Amino acid sequence: MGTGEQRALHGWGRTAPTIATVVTPRTPEEVAAAIAAAGPRGIIARGLGRSYGDPAQNAGGTVLDMTGLGTVHSIDVDSGIVDVDAGVSLDTLMRRALPFGLWIPVLPGTRQVTIGGAIGADIHGKAHHVVGSFGNHVVSMTIVLADGSIHELTPDGPESELFWATVGGMGLTGVVVRARLKLHPVETAYFKVDTEQIDNLDDLMRRQTEDDDRYAESVSWFDAVTTGEHFGRGLLTRANHATLEDLSPKQRKDPLKFDAPQLLTVPDVFPPGMLNRWTGRLFSELWYRKSPTTLGAIQNITQFLHPLDIAGEWNRGYGPHGFLQYQFVVPKDRGDVIRTVLSLVTEAGQVSALNVLKQFGEGNRAPLSFPKPGWTLCLDIPIGPGLGELCDELDRVVLDAGGRHYLAKESRTTPEAIRRGYPRLDEWRKVRAAVDPQGVFASDMARRLELI
Amino acid sequence: MIDAVGNPQSILLLGGTSEIGLATVEAFAGDRPLRVVLAGRPSSRLDDAKTRLEGKGCAVELVDFDAQAFDTHAAVVGKAFAGGDVDVAIVAFGLLGDNEEAWTDAAKAVELAQVNYTAAVSVGVLLGTRLTAQGHGSLVALSSVAGERARRSNFVYGSTKAGLDAFYTGLTEALRPSGVTVTVVRPGFVHTRMTEGLTPAPLSTTPEAVAEVIVHAVRTRTELVWAPAPLRFVMSALRHVPRPIFRRLPV
Repeated sequence: MGTGEQRALHGWGRTAPTIATVVTPRTPEEVAAAIAAAGPRGIIARGLGRSYGDPAQNAGGTVLDMTGLGTVHSIDVDSGIVDVDAGVSLDTLMRRALPFGLWIPVLPGTRQVTIGGAIGADIHGKAHHVVGSFGNHVVSMTIVLADGSIHELTPDGPESELFWATVGGMGLTGVVVRARLKLHPVETAYFKVDTEQIDNLDDLMRRQTEDDDRYAESVSWFDAVTTGEHFGRGLLTRANHATLEDLSPKQRKDPLKFDAPQLLTVPDVFPPGMLNRWTGRLFSELWYRKSPTTLGAIQNITQFLHPLDIAGEWNRGYGPHGFLQYQFVVPKDRGDVIRTVLSLVTEAGQVSALNVLKQFGEGNRAPLSFPKPGWTLCLDIPIGPGLGELCDELDRVVLDAGGRHYLAKESRTTPEAIRRGYPRLDEWRKVRAAVDPQGVFASDMARRLELI
Repeated sequence: MIDAVGNPQSILLLGGTSEIGLATVEAFAGDRPLRVVLAGRPSSRLDDAKTRLEGKGCAVELVDFDAQAFDTHAAVVGKAFAGGDVDVAIVAFGLLGDNEEAWTDAAKAVELAQVNYTAAVSVGVLLGTRLTAQGHGSLVALSSVAGERARRSNFVYGSTKAGLDAFYTGLTEALRPSGVTVTVVRPGFVHTRMTEGLTPAPLSTTPEAVAEVIVHAVRTRTELVWAPAPLRFVMSALRHVPRPIFRRLPV
């Protein structure tokens, strides 16, 4: 494991780096040893660093690089249950499980996420309205607590409170080292996709309300640059897993083929300001035009789920100042907030090129889990003058509508905003305090948002 | 913690009645209420500053700080960090003094040197240690263009600022691997109590304008700034003016 090295760490947004001692444990016992050795600034687990803000940073303290625990222990084809280390990525698990016809039911916009991170942020994907979030599919997890003890938690077992406090708990209850997950059977690795070009926001949202239940996966992208009558024009892409019959004869020869190439790695050479009103408009136009309405197209994993995974380190394209993602959810009957937020962004002259809108289904029992029934919108904006003020204004609109922020994306809000958005925060704090009375688990996010 | 768009949550102001320092705190507090520690000698002005910041929603704590009581500095800095991380520490105390008095009266000269240089070095070392331990933070030191080239009219003050400037410029490099950003600020003539009654130099500015420069520098992690910004080029030129000409310039 070694004694660790001092390193500057930041999130995927490349903002607010801080220095921590990074230790790479290889076993649960080494995790326990690192926890025991943690200094006054505490310790936090880190996976692949795909959270946008600072939950996997710990200034002046210790950070566990969990990718050292990377074994897929077993895959039970009949029950669909896999037993994996927390440092295994969704990408690795998918490559191992797909040949057996097993599908990870919850996949976010990237596969470069560890199992531990997926549990800690209780991640969601385009299938949320059908399958819920990641925590719903965890059969059991092994966690190392602040006192070094190793516990096996289940959703309904004797320590179910701790299980659900760990789901969405941003790593602050303990270090998840291993988990058993229930995967879903699929016939093929392809999707049968309906793509619809819709030329304004109201219609885009109406269509998602009408018949999302016909699809296993649903998401929309819209243009936040164009104003006027085409304001919020977008692409609605919805899909079901393709069956063998849906495939072409050629695809049928290898129906579970994992087709997910990474074609390039973006170099770290871009100046700030690459995304501006002009490039934003061009990007929006191209993205909209590239996908005319087509029904029933067969697409592979990368085409449908993870178009951004084609380029490694794509966050470098935003330049040295980095960027942030602003993701929130508001209740179903407050769809009007989406339009208000968009208008505020456009009026402030900010450019968001990747705007993803989706309707969530039911949430789960975890007090800090993000999804709840309603609309979730994710904006993606480069850091620049006026962005802080704009986001503060968006906070007011979102919170007044009964909404909240997604902690995996969060990088700049206030403790007050989190308290308002997560009414069960105190309940979560109590469970946390019972297993970590000294506050051994700490992160930059925990300090910034006063989570602990 | 300083967040993704550069908002700090806590500020320590050493020189709790410094007008530039307070203007900087207020500029940050305009966006978000802050936890503020004002370190200075007890006075009604310090109390007024506390009241004003509390009016903006800040939680303010006062810590007794005497720049010349060097052996108390460690305790002062300790108290400032007792309430949690300090995201931004501003070293803003200083004396201008009367140049004619200062270069002819040894006691006066020593006082200027001790407050402006020795004390600034002392707290710089202590803050550097604390910020290194916390693994993040921003340290702002108020230097002056007077330190860039000594002028006959205020060279004692200028010499102390030259010392401070060199120390914090070096500290910038020393603390960079610890994740701490040091920003050296070189204002020109600023209209404050300190300069009341003096004839303003060209490109004179206000505490609020300097504060804006500092806020921007902290947000963007800039290590050396002039206020106003064009002074950078003016001073760059002035440094190379031959002495016989320089001494005749109305600066």
